[in-house]
Amino acid sequence: MSTQVAFEPLIGSDTHSGKSRRSIMNAPIARRAAIDALRKLNPIAMMRNPVMFVVEVGSVLTTVLLISDLARRLPNTSFDLQITLWLWFTVLFANFAEAMAEGRGKAQADALRQAKSETIAYRIRFGVVEEVPSSRLRAEDLVRVSAGQMIPGDGEVVAGVASVDESAITGESAPVIREAGGDRSAVTGGTRVLSDEITVRITSNPGETFLDRMIALVEGAERQKTPNEIALNILLAGLTIIFLLAVVTLQPFALYSRAPQSIFVLVSLLVCLIPTTIGGLLSAIGIAGMDRLVQHNVLATSGRAVEAAGDVNTLLLDKTGTITIGNRQASEFIPAPGISNDRLADAAQLSSLPDETPEGRSIVILAKERYGLRGRELAQLNAVFVPFSATTRMSGIDLEGRSIRKGAADAIARYLREFGGGLPAEVQSVVEGIARSGGTPLVVAENGRALGVIHLKDIVKGGMRERFLQLRAMGIRTVMITGDNPLTAAAIAREAGVDDFLAEAKPKDKMDLIRREQSEGKLVAMTGDGTNDAPALAQADVGVAMNSGTQAAKEAGNMVDLDSNPTKLIEIVAIGKQLLMTRGALTTFSIANDVAKYFAIIPAMFAGAFPVLNALNIMHLRTPQSAILSAIIFNALIIVLLIPLALRGVKYRPSSAAAMLQRNLLIYGVGGVVIPFIGIKAIDLAITAIGLA
Amino acid sequence: MKRHLITACLYTAITAIVLGVGYPLLITGIARLAFPAQASGELVWRNGVLVGSRLIGQPFSGDHYFHSRPSAAGSGYDASASSGSNLGPTSKPLVERIAQSVSSEKTEAPVPVDLVTASGSGLDPDISPAAALYQVHRVSSATGIPEETLRRLVAAHITPRQLGLLGEPRVNVLELNLDLGRLSENKPNISRSQTNP
Amino acid sequence: MTVNGWLQIAVFFALVLLTTKPLGKYMARVFEGRRTLLDPILVPVERLLYRMTGVQREDEMRWTEYGGAMLLFSLATMLLTYVIERAQHILPWNPQHLAGVTPALAWNTAVSFTTNTNWQSYVPEQTMSYLTQMLGLATHNFWSAATGIALAVAFIRGIARREMKTLGNFWVDLTRATLWVLLPISIVLALVLVSQGVIQNLRPYATAQILQPQTQTTTGPDGKPATATISTQTIAQGPAASQEAIKMLGTNGGGFFNANSAHPFENPTPFSNLLEMFAIFLIPAGLTATLGEMTGSPRHGWAVFAAMALLWFAGVFTCYWAESQPSPLVHGVEQRASLNQAGGNMEGKEVRFGIANSALFATVTTDASCGAVNSAHDSFTPLGGMVPMVNILLGEIVFGGVGAGLYGMLIFVIISVFIAGLMVGRTPEYLGKKIEAYDVQLAMLYLLIFPLIILCLSAISVLSPGFGLSALTNQGPHGLSEIFYAYTSATGNNGSAFAGLSANTRWYNITLGIAMFFGRFLMIVPMLAVAGNLVTKRRAPASVGTFPVTTPLFTALLTSVILIVGALTFVPALSLGPVLEHLMMHAGQVF
Repeated sequence: MSTQVAFEPLIGSDTHSGKSRRSIMNAPIARRAAIDALRKLNPIAMMRNPVMFVVEVGSVLTTVLLISDLARRLPNTSFDLQITLWLWFTVLFANFAEAMAEGRGKAQADALRQAKSETIAYRIRFGVVEEVPSSRLRAEDLVRVSAGQMIPGDGEVVAGVASVDESAITGESAPVIREAGGDRSAVTGGTRVLSDEITVRITSNPGETFLDRMIALVEGAERQKTPNEIALNILLAGLTIIFLLAVVTLQPFALYSRAPQSIFVLVSLLVCLIPTTIGGLLSAIGIAGMDRLVQHNVLATSGRAVEAAGDVNTLLLDKTGTITIGNRQASEFIPAPGISNDRLADAAQLSSLPDETPEGRSIVILAKERYGLRGRELAQLNAVFVPFSATTRMSGIDLEGRSIRKGAADAIARYLREFGGGLPAEVQSVVEGIARSGGTPLVVAENGRALGVIHLKDIVKGGMRERFLQLRAMGIRTVMITGDNPLTAAAIAREAGVDDFLAEAKPKDKMDLIRREQSEGKLVAMTGDGTNDAPALAQADVGVAMNSGTQAAKEAGNMVDLDSNPTKLIEIVAIGKQLLMTRGALTTFSIANDVAKYFAIIPAMFAGAFPVLNALNIMHLRTPQSAILSAIIFNALIIVLLIPLALRGVKYRPSSAAAMLQRNLLIYGVGGVVIPFIGIKAIDLAITAIGLA
Repeated sequence: MKRHLITACLYTAITAIVLGVGYPLLITGIARLAFPAQASGELVWRNGVLVGSRLIGQPFSGDHYFHSRPSAAGSGYDASASSGSNLGPTSKPLVERIAQSVSSEKTEAPVPVDLVTASGSGLDPDISPAAALYQVHRVSSATGIPEETLRRLVAAHITPRQLGLLGEPRVNVLELNLDLGRLSENKPNISRSQTNP
Repeated sequence: MTVNGWLQIAVFFALVLLTTKPLGKYMARVFEGRRTLLDPILVPVERLLYRMTGVQREDEMRWTEYGGAMLLFSLATMLLTYVIERAQHILPWNPQHLAGVTPALAWNTAVSFTTNTNWQSYVPEQTMSYLTQMLGLATHNFWSAATGIALAVAFIRGIARREMKTLGNFWVDLTRATLWVLLPISIVLALVLVSQGVIQNLRPYATAQILQPQTQTTTGPDGKPATATISTQTIAQGPAASQEAIKMLGTNGGGFFNANSAHPFENPTPFSNLLEMFAIFLIPAGLTATLGEMTGSPRHGWAVFAAMALLWFAGVFTCYWAESQPSPLVHGVEQRASLNQAGGNMEGKEVRFGIANSALFATVTTDASCGAVNSAHDSFTPLGGMVPMVNILLGEIVFGGVGAGLYGMLIFVIISVFIAGLMVGRTPEYLGKKIEAYDVQLAMLYLLIFPLIILCLSAISVLSPGFGLSALTNQGPHGLSEIFYAYTSATGNNGSAFAGLSANTRWYNITLGIAMFFGRFLMIVPMLAVAGNLVTKRRAPASVGTFPVTTPLFTALLTSVILIVGALTFVPALSLGPVLEHLMMHAGQVF
């Protein structure tokens, strides 16, 4: 079930998912976004974003003034006209950014809608099968779905087993097995049954299906502001009011100095000072963050969950399937004294031939690879298979006078005592050695004599160690959850490099661990798929349910991983962090920009009345008009230039908070101070060259 | 909240007595015993007449005395109306006042800055050693006391930096002029810094 | 700038640095109710006071109750002062027989001292009786300072405590701040100041026969020149030292005399000057260590201290440099520093302090919300005068007013931590407490009230030739600075002034009173609400993933946030005031 994801240290591009990379800016999306940008000028919608609303009000104000000036045929309106146009552009660029971010989701939603097309459902009512449109199905209805048919709605398999193509949702073309009972019973509407026939109990009403939720999610229709976004919005609104105050009161001061300013210039100053860069890109960043999760085939029920992912302190990871590849594998045969390797391998292989468990198969394979023993057909051997039972805790095979048993050391020891023997000391010490190293020893005995030990080993997935190292660098503690005994657990924990482990864990222990961590103020993330994981998934701050898991698990968690890949949690954390970082970085950049803008605009405003103030014109901008225009043009263009960054997110490298802050402060703080000086100067040169000012 | 209102009133009344009467009286009492001269303003008496305070400057004019700095306290060195000029650096009245002070000096040499600027209190008792030495020539011409004697007098009156580090070297004008008067009148019975009994 | 000047500045800073930790730890003990050396004497006094005033010392208060008690207390003390001022002519200890104070001035002064501003629209030695000075004004120096400390301690508890609802007991904090901190230090300081020559008596003003009677020509009421001979000097007296000590220690700044700490009777020697400056920073600096101590992160306390020290140094450097420069407008004057004179811009400065001590004092008094002055800020060079102005505009968080400086700084810390938290990809946390929308909202409200009051009232004043501009001594950009400085100082509860503004008018008395009142109490409300909200949160453990608030990086970030958020708002006003004046001065222009 778990496909190993190649490790990528950098998030920041969406090359992660199996799907082909979609470019940040593509032509059809951009075209649609350009139209949406105009539609978003509706002031009622704009009020959601106080910063850009102020810009829009300013634009309307200058437009009205401009029209009245034109009507009165006042001379020299070219400057005022340009200011007004650029103010409108500023608003439009911000709207365009938001529309671009939404556009990608919309394109995806369109694809999903196709999967949602009306199908015929075969509803079973009072034992009779009737054909109804899928849209009329209600929760608790039973439907039968046969090979080749579309599953008409979300539900739970109550009878049968089938292979299902879920590519419409997951993008994964390999079919998956869905069967009644257990942890693989959930099916999703819009997926197709490829073989066999199943009976499904529908669990959702029309309009509330998984597909519906997913469409709403990627479209951003239900998008609610996340806690941090709200907080940031308040900060930006506060700054906007403060700068509004500064600009409004500037006029009286200017009047005192006998240098009154035109409304056009004052509005320009205001728009330059308020944090339009982040204000214009804020919602785009949020939408793009959710979108990035979708790219990774993860559906979050809310943006809040994504932010919480960035804050996670403790990661609970199931050992099996997450840290180790699903099952243990035989890695070695260690014969007892006086027994040849071949003999042990032969007995081990024979006893495992009928054993269909992955461990059993790995023993057959090891014997074949190491000792050239080929698997033999059971039927030819005329053998009797002794299956594993809870009382004997052994399995084995009886054939032609040979009675081979394999099992845990204590079970075999008891078995040997029946023959009046026992486990030789050498074997015993080998057993203990293996257990200490985290492996599982299986003792093989034949006719009352111990032949040796099979070393079953947990195989830690490649690259896990490095991942945990990076998590540690980010300040995230990893805890491995396993049913193994503490000794084994400790050894695997050491090998994988996790910080801590919970051995012999029962579902309740997991719950207790989460509660304990939370009571210390920590945020906990975990993955789960089974019904018995549901309470813990609900309790965890970030609960990622596997799409292959039960409906209960999916409903308890706040995210669903369509790939059912437990290591995905690590990417989710990174995406959450990256989302916040992008906001923080652009906020810093936006505010830092003000320094240069002051140097451009203040001297320009007053150079007429006080030529000495030209000393502050350190950029040597050509004329007062070109200075103000350059600042406002820079202010508008920087929004467009930063759209790709907002959509892609700032570069994220797992490292300590201090290192990350230092880096981002340098790039976006210091950069934010320096770049506008260069940009404004360049624009000034350009517009004076073409004679606009 | 009503409970707090009562507490607030009682608390105000009681602590007002403790902090507003008890504390200042305690300090007044100890000060009177331990530092009687300082507590009453280091007053200077001459022949039983109060002539001023060592800490408070006085106006001097004409050529026979060392001049204090210009003062903006009342009509000049009004010790019941301390104040600076509060004229800003680009104030026309200030620039003109300084220019006038400079032109009233009879030498060509640049005037030490403190001699043409008003102090913050208007009661500055001191001038810089530079300002005192600057006036030696004028006082000498007017009083006939040799410049060398005056220079030694000034040097004797320079208060060095406190603890060798703090503040600026300075000359107390009242004390300087008192001793100058003793020199010119040649009367030895001037008592310096005699404090109020 | 001279080597000696820098040495003196270094000595001052060394004193502050050395006392920060011991005093901070001591204050932490005092407010956590742990044992201290002074307990045997003070505990009985404390118990008696609680019995007499009905304080239950175990009663813990939520932020609303804490704030309510604080407001009621402030109101009661304000009323007392108003009544004493109005009735001083019929009360004792009025040897000069001064008249009762007018209502507008009495309101202004009562608000001024209640809010720890100590703005003075009057000439004390000609307006206030000894009783008014002692009982009406010096008491406020204790009360408002103790209130500030109590509020800061409540704020610290908001951070330090976890999952609680209460911030402590206002009356207990007030009492302990007064008895354990302010009073003992004041007594010692007052006596040392007396030893230096700060007066302390209750005698009538002395009349001296001056050495050289002066003939003065004045213009009489009929317009004809009249000559008068002045042969006496009236020397003001009074209980100055007791007030001087708490005036500095409590960062109050209200002078016993009009010239404040420039007056030789308030600040007679360079040593008294050093002590007075040191007293300003003593408690505010100590509180940074108290913050570290009570939150269990001493290094965070030092990181905050470092940010403050950095801004202090930037201020003192700029101011000292600017004041050492010769004025391009005067000629024939020796303005260079030499062994025999301090040189530089001596207008409004005392010879005994020179340039270094005046610049340092101006920086320190406005870094903190003290407002005492040992030189006339109005006469500083444009850039030198801009330093005190900017210091107040930043919110007086560079050590700051006792208590007020720390909680003002912590509001900036919250904003810094918020931005930093986002930049490292986590929900922002401050010492383990999550900073959420509500906290940011209140912090922004706090930051918004300040420019709102300053800018609006200044803007109205500069537009009115009648009530606004007529009070100006200086014209041109400097006039704008005078008005702007007045509202800045009042709103920031500083109390220093570009004193050329004749503020004893009905318009200025009332509006400056409003500025002081709202600048203090309106800002306390959101501040306490932040504390009340933080105290309920749990404290998450720190990890390498949380942005550390103990490092130089944090200090650098905090400093930048203060400069950018604090100063950017005021750039337009400053450009038309001091910056323009500086450029015009060098262009040779006068007004």
